[in-house]
Amino acid sequence: MADQPTAIERFVQGILPENPVYRQLLGLCPTLAVTNGLQAAITMSAAVTFVLVCANVITSLIRNLLKPHLRIVIFTLTIATFVTIADRFLAAYLYQMSKVLGPYIPLIIVNCLIICRCEVCASKQGVFTAGADAIGQSLGFCLALCSIAAVREILGTGGLFGIRVLPAAWSDWVIMVLPPGAFLTFGLLLGLVNWYSDRRSGKANRG
Amino acid sequence: MLSYLIDIFLIGIVAALINNFVLYYFVGICPFVGVSRKISTAFGMGCAVIFVISIAALISWTITTYVLMPGAPLTQWAAGLFMTPEAAAGVDLTVLSYIVYIFAISSSVQFVEMYVRKFFPPLYKALGVYLPLITTNCAILFACLVIMSKIVGVDNPADAWDLGRGLTLAVGGGIGFTIAIVIMAGIREELDLCDVPKPFEGAAITLIVAGILALGFMGFTGVDSGLRKAMMPEPAAVTAQVQAAPEAGGGDVHN
Repeated sequence: MADQPTAIERFVQGILPENPVYRQLLGLCPTLAVTNGLQAAITMSAAVTFVLVCANVITSLIRNLLKPHLRIVIFTLTIATFVTIADRFLAAYLYQMSKVLGPYIPLIIVNCLIICRCEVCASKQGVFTAGADAIGQSLGFCLALCSIAAVREILGTGGLFGIRVLPAAWSDWVIMVLPPGAFLTFGLLLGLVNWYSDRRSGKANRG
Repeated sequence: MLSYLIDIFLIGIVAALINNFVLYYFVGICPFVGVSRKISTAFGMGCAVIFVISIAALISWTITTYVLMPGAPLTQWAAGLFMTPEAAAGVDLTVLSYIVYIFAISSSVQFVEMYVRKFFPPLYKALGVYLPLITTNCAILFACLVIMSKIVGVDNPADAWDLGRGLTLAVGGGIGFTIAIVIMAGIREELDLCDVPKPFEGAAITLIVAGILALGFMGFTGVDSGLRKAMMPEPAAVTAQVQAAPEAGGGDVHN
């Protein structure tokens, strides 16, 4: 396993260099659907974090028992179990929020981000590395979701967390909290991230 | 009977156009961004999705109605074998639904793939590469979840969806996915010839175009209630309305 990244590398890479949303374009479904408010985005990231950490650790523990042709089914069943736990928990303690998130909590099961991390990291490396990887990727996911949600909520409702921050003269761009706003915001932010990282790597090459 | 047909028709229209799976609910975004480079591949993917989504809807409707929902006949019978009748009536397996659905979807995809490869080689050649990808397509699971919410979530058992409604929703959703991905592929074939700023090449410009497309599809909002109003009193008004709807939508997409 000498050529595999260590736990700390995995953790750091997940946050920015290999950001799941901006870099790998994984898990776009919740990224677009639940980012019309910061609160929903944070709840969603918390649910994904829980599922990703648990699934990665379990997959890493059973990695020597996995049969290659059955591994995807095992991954999805493991993920589905933890998603059910997260869904029941939200329905019990955060009922309003679970109504807002609706079907997007169960849809975490088919979120490619989690299956991808199980496949790339957890099925090959030890528990500690897999856990670090899961936490790093979840932080990156949370960062991406919050950045999109913040832009959409400020422009769409003039506030953050439901508290108004922009002056009353600001006429809310309702389109930003509707579906088209999700595509537009994410597209523009993705372009911005690409532009910034291109510029930085260009500078590094010249310097 | 007529009101049932109108209901079916409206469910299909709503799933395909008004609440388009991709552009309104954001499910199936990964293939929408990944497999929309050429019209032919996009169409193949769309057909594979329609195929699998109907099978998944059939399975999930059956399982939900007969096994999972509170008071389902099969569960009651099985529980009645070793429980008192009162305890058996209280058995509720809905908490297992996600695991059951995803297992049903992934195994049915596997079986469909094997069956098609053995008996319909030309179809396998056309759809084969897309079939395994579909297991992780959120659109399929989303259709199952919507059908479940219409069976388990309703207060009055008589309002629960029957198989016809469930299948219509699934096929309508699949057709909506195909429409969206084929339009997107058509636009992307043209985009290849355009001078896009470098940071926006690839996924970023695709998402911005999808945003404009979603804006166009918002023009369909309210078509369903208008149609229902027009269709309920006298069936003669049906054809006129149906012809008007696609025209209105086409105009919006061009804007």
